[in-house]
Amino acid sequence: MKRRIEYRTHFKDNISSRMLSDKIVKIAVITCCVIAIIPLASILIDVVRNGIEIISWTFLTALPGSAASGEGGIVNSIQGTFIMIGMTSAIGIPIGVLSGIYVSEYANSRIGQLIRFYNDVMMQFPSIVFGVFAFLLIVMVLGSFNLWAGAVALSLIMFPIIARTTEESLKLIPDTYREAGHALGIPKSVVTLKVLLTAAKGGIVTGVMLSVARIAGETAPLIMTILGSKGWFRGVDVAMDALPLTIWRLSMLPYDAAVLQSWGAALVLITIVLILNVSVRYVVLYRKGGKLGMLGSIMGGKK
Amino acid sequence: MSKKELKLKTDFRWDKIFKIGATCAGAYVLLVIVIMFVQLLTDSWLVWEKEGLGFITGMNWNPVEGRESFGALPYIAGTLVTSLIAMCIAVPLSIGIAMFLSEIAPPSIREPVSFIVELLAAVPSIIYGLWGLFTFRILFKDWFESPTHDALGEYIWLFADAPFGLDILTASIVLAIMIIPTISAVSREILLAVPAIQREAAYMLGATKWEVFKMSVLPYAKSGLIGASILGLGRAVGETMAVTMLIGNAVGSKAFPIAFFQQGNSLASIIANEFNEASPVGIYFPALIGLGLILLFVSLGINICAHVIIRKMVGAHEGGIKGF
Repeated sequence: MKRRIEYRTHFKDNISSRMLSDKIVKIAVITCCVIAIIPLASILIDVVRNGIEIISWTFLTALPGSAASGEGGIVNSIQGTFIMIGMTSAIGIPIGVLSGIYVSEYANSRIGQLIRFYNDVMMQFPSIVFGVFAFLLIVMVLGSFNLWAGAVALSLIMFPIIARTTEESLKLIPDTYREAGHALGIPKSVVTLKVLLTAAKGGIVTGVMLSVARIAGETAPLIMTILGSKGWFRGVDVAMDALPLTIWRLSMLPYDAAVLQSWGAALVLITIVLILNVSVRYVVLYRKGGKLGMLGSIMGGKK
Repeated sequence: MSKKELKLKTDFRWDKIFKIGATCAGAYVLLVIVIMFVQLLTDSWLVWEKEGLGFITGMNWNPVEGRESFGALPYIAGTLVTSLIAMCIAVPLSIGIAMFLSEIAPPSIREPVSFIVELLAAVPSIIYGLWGLFTFRILFKDWFESPTHDALGEYIWLFADAPFGLDILTASIVLAIMIIPTISAVSREILLAVPAIQREAAYMLGATKWEVFKMSVLPYAKSGLIGASILGLGRAVGETMAVTMLIGNAVGSKAFPIAFFQQGNSLASIIANEFNEASPVGIYFPALIGLGLILLFVSLGINICAHVIIRKMVGAHEGGIKGF
């Protein structure tokens, strides 16, 4: 009997200290969440609060005026951002999808692994280096800042993302699809394009949308490729503006009105990026979950 | 030849063309990387020729014509120091968040919080920079930097400089805030990928939640978590805009980071700041391109190290590598 009581007190001491450390860790972890969420919430609140003050029909549809007085709008940057997205996609999507197809369908495992590794490395490269590269390759040769240089720089960010998502979603398709195609004597290219790409459509569209959201917010490579301008789009061989560039330029000016405009541009940019992301995640990722969801979170975007 | 045979023949010719096209696209990434290195090297050749390895170890930064002298050390150090401080803040917090989301939170909290964290990873860095410049910098200066400087500035050199808000510590903290969503989103996926049987075995022994995490989840997920952190480090090293807006952009030996409240500079931010000012003639421009080359090597080095570490630790199991 005495022994039993001893055991019991021992157990009680033991369990209470263990429960205590468990509780401390729980509290610490919740504190982590709170500490991290405060600045992140503050960013969103600040952008919305400051941006909403200046958002108006004129702001969204007028060309930029004098920065000091805060006249005019940002319509040319919005136009520029969409043109950049279009031109970059024209270069990046075909290369990305084909590269993904090659790794998943054609390459042997060694070469496939090599290319996959370098796609991963490429995704992590500092984007400003792509800007420098496009400047040397295109701007120096053509002699002027132009949209193609910007599109090439951004496509270098875009294609590895699309290649990886394409590859991952092609891998999820069971081999029976391929075998059925071959059994019917259909050439491999047709099986890949008609059967596999149709089945993998969801994943590929996800990759494309996420990479578009990512490049829409890129600033660094645009500084040395499309430079910025104050007018409408005048052709692909001259300088142009884009939303991230406008935000940067205006925020560096010493006028309150310019800074306010830059918050407005930030609100427009964040709206575009978040709409793209939310729609993708709702439509594809959360319905499918699993591996692709993981990939989506990696691709979430940096700049 | 019947029509059907002809069609078959063209089909298979198209097959070959398609295969060649796909192969080219696959090789494209290797080609781009090689061309990029070669291009940056040839265009920065002048500075390597003039400074030699002194370009990496030198501290001067003088673009005045006739007295040009360039050294990259302060910016290399600036990049590494800001990234390391950011990692020290972001990694524990992110793993804490990931642990909360995967182990503690009920599904009704987990789903929306994960969703928000993933969305925040997509916010463009220029917006973090804007917020840092106009909101965080001022609060941080008034509530942390000035009091610490007043209390400790005389005794500890780390806090000696008069705080201005645009300094290494501010840039590092904003950098940390930027990489928290990335690291925690990937870490959460890795923790969720730990098989339930690992946890059940520990629970069966009567372990508390923390003990379960410590005993059976953490060892299993360790390499994946390291991979997630290195992913964050890669982002921090290459980050340009937010750092440029906040680090103060000092040049030369003044930019070498020795204290928290000192103005510094990083590889990416000095390129962003000075690239359009430099004239393509002379040695100033090649020096900036040389900085780009160094940045590329730093980033490549981090990536390859991460790959090797993870390979070594994980061996075959997939979940860990995915994060990387």
